[in-house]
Amino acid sequence: MLESLAEKIQGALRKLGSKGRLTEADVKAALREVRLALLEADVNFKVVKGFIERVREAAVGEEVLGSLTPAQQVIKVVRDELTRLLGGGASRLTFSPQPPTVFMLVGLQGAGKTTTAAKLANLLAKQGRRPLLVAADIYRPAAIKQLEVLGTKLGVPVFSQGESYPVVLARLATEKAKREGLDPVIIDTAGRLHIDDEMMAELERIKNQVPPQETLLVVDAMTGQDAVNAASAFHERLGLTGVVMTKLDGDARGGAALSVREVTGVPIKFVGTGEGMDGLEVFHPDRLAARILGMGDVLSLIEKAQSSLNEETARKLEQKLRREEFTLEDFRTQLQEVRKMGPLDQILGHLPGWGQMKKMPGMQVDEKELVKVDAIISSMTAEERLRPDIVDASRRRRIARGSGTTVQDVNRLLKQFNDTKKLLKQLGRAGKKGGKVSLPLGPFGI
Amino acid sequence: MAGFWARLSAGLAKTRNTITERLQEIVPLEGKVREETLEDLEAILIAADVGVGATEELLEGVRSERVGSVADLKEALARRLREILREGYAPLAESVEPPLVILVVGVNGAGKTTSIAKLAARYRKAGKRVVLAACDTFRAAAAEQLEVWARRSGAELVRHQEGSDPAAVAHDALQAALARRADVLIVDTAGRLQAKKNLMAELGKIYRVLNRVRPDLPQETLLVLDATTGQNALSQARLFKETVPLTGVILAKLDGTAKGGIAVAVQRELSLPVKLVGVGEGQDDLEDFEPDTFVSALLGEEG
Repeated sequence: MLESLAEKIQGALRKLGSKGRLTEADVKAALREVRLALLEADVNFKVVKGFIERVREAAVGEEVLGSLTPAQQVIKVVRDELTRLLGGGASRLTFSPQPPTVFMLVGLQGAGKTTTAAKLANLLAKQGRRPLLVAADIYRPAAIKQLEVLGTKLGVPVFSQGESYPVVLARLATEKAKREGLDPVIIDTAGRLHIDDEMMAELERIKNQVPPQETLLVVDAMTGQDAVNAASAFHERLGLTGVVMTKLDGDARGGAALSVREVTGVPIKFVGTGEGMDGLEVFHPDRLAARILGMGDVLSLIEKAQSSLNEETARKLEQKLRREEFTLEDFRTQLQEVRKMGPLDQILGHLPGWGQMKKMPGMQVDEKELVKVDAIISSMTAEERLRPDIVDASRRRRIARGSGTTVQDVNRLLKQFNDTKKLLKQLGRAGKKGGKVSLPLGPFGI
Repeated sequence: MAGFWARLSAGLAKTRNTITERLQEIVPLEGKVREETLEDLEAILIAADVGVGATEELLEGVRSERVGSVADLKEALARRLREILREGYAPLAESVEPPLVILVVGVNGAGKTTSIAKLAARYRKAGKRVVLAACDTFRAAAAEQLEVWARRSGAELVRHQEGSDPAAVAHDALQAALARRADVLIVDTAGRLQAKKNLMAELGKIYRVLNRVRPDLPQETLLVLDATTGQNALSQARLFKETVPLTGVILAKLDGTAKGGIAVAVQRELSLPVKLVGVGEGQDDLEDFEPDTFVSALLGEEG
């Protein structure tokens, strides 16, 4: 895992901090770190060059150099510039005034078009629309079948006609959608190389046949320097309206997004994470900027927490904490609330510095541990959950048997619970003294 | 090898042109190599996805040689690239005791199934009996995809239902390969991002199942890397290698404009040699990797 870019900049400037004001040379040294980090994040080298120029101009201004915290100011300049490059605010799908709206997905082989098509259908269906998926990849073996299986799982109709020519298929699909009131139509096309003239011409013909409202380029977040070549070739021939960046749930920095956005000027509309059908999110430039900087993504985490955590539960929990009545039952509720937010490593990945923390011993998160904890608590009687002190050796053996765990597991849980309780007590006291306990946020509060 | 040369140089034409053009642009033919020149060269290598670490090492080496002209610079660079790529290079194992078992792993969409199809076709053409194990029981219709390829090349397929334990499929397929006295068993696995702990553990299990039947199996565990991949390929290689003992890399999709420079970075940092390259969509478009040819094409030295 890469060292965080924000840390690198701070490191480069920290040495100079004690000397007082920064000079242009100091900024230059810091910007060399920025340059290397962006290259390691797979931002195209030409894009990096322009980027560094603009940051240098902004960073040698009076405001930054004269600031008391120049390192943070430089980071802020970098982050702002990254956000600007990525397109400012979030950009949404547009719909045609005359239904059905057609969305066409295009891209290189293996970018994730079929999965994205299904995820998009799922997202739109959840918003109350009635999408139609069109299996227009007649070249890759079993691609049609793949989309059909996904469609069945989601309860979304899939239009396919064996190996009919994709252009004909697209037209028939829109006609069907019009007849049956299905909207939007999502066309999954075959993966192709941007230099394959014949295959690119096929996309042009589909585009002319059923003018799509949106032509979305699906780009793998792990793509390297070549991302710009592919993206500009697709853009020149098809006039893209948006980009979907996939596989962002891995440890790729996703610098390709920056390059693609810069060379095409087309907004990134969605990011794909995970293989589950819910893994498609609206793209937020500021958050990816933070990710490229290695500053984590606290906003996404807060949003996830807000949509998953039951406010009532949270309030009750807080009261209990204050009254120091926290029991194992509450402990379990809390765990369940956290787990509702998604796979644990995904949640933690949003935290600043998690990349570093993950490497420390004892910090690896195991989803299975949580399942165990849940099972152990479920095997306790109501009284045991309220008063863990009464759990003696014999009860421990019974609980272990009942939950399919070992006595050691039960012991560990009870110890963890006691530690948590102690910690909460301390936090509670701190809270009463008026000192607000808050999450440690990014260097400038985000 | 003529086919390989033609296809690879066509695939790498873009790289070659870029590097040669850029070099000529920054260094007049008889001109001296200056510090700025090396800095620009750094950008060029990075643009080929060679990676910051490998690039700096290469430049350090070239600098220490105090080369004077562009021609010398290119020669020094080519020599160093060849050295990196040759280290530990070995062609695909020729099985001593059949079956030759090849486990194929990689992230989603890297090109595993297509590479396997090509590999199967190659062995079938050589008159070998080939069994394919459809261990991607996760992705919708993955087994069907492999089945189509198996039919085309005349390989035999062992598959279970979607959602079943991939290690069990691997086990059954190996038993089938042994019973049928197959020459080659190729194991297809589900695409997985290297940061996903559980999925990586599942992969470890597939490996162990094969290994338990006979300790020399699998003889090859190949990581499929998409040639368009950037620096994340290093993380892929590192984490997959921690899970299963990789023996080499298949560099897929080298027929685009991607430069495949990650091959250099991966070899340098993880001593993981590229064994095969995918250069097209046809069944025959899989070739043995040749470090010398690759470097020549990369730096634009004809033949």
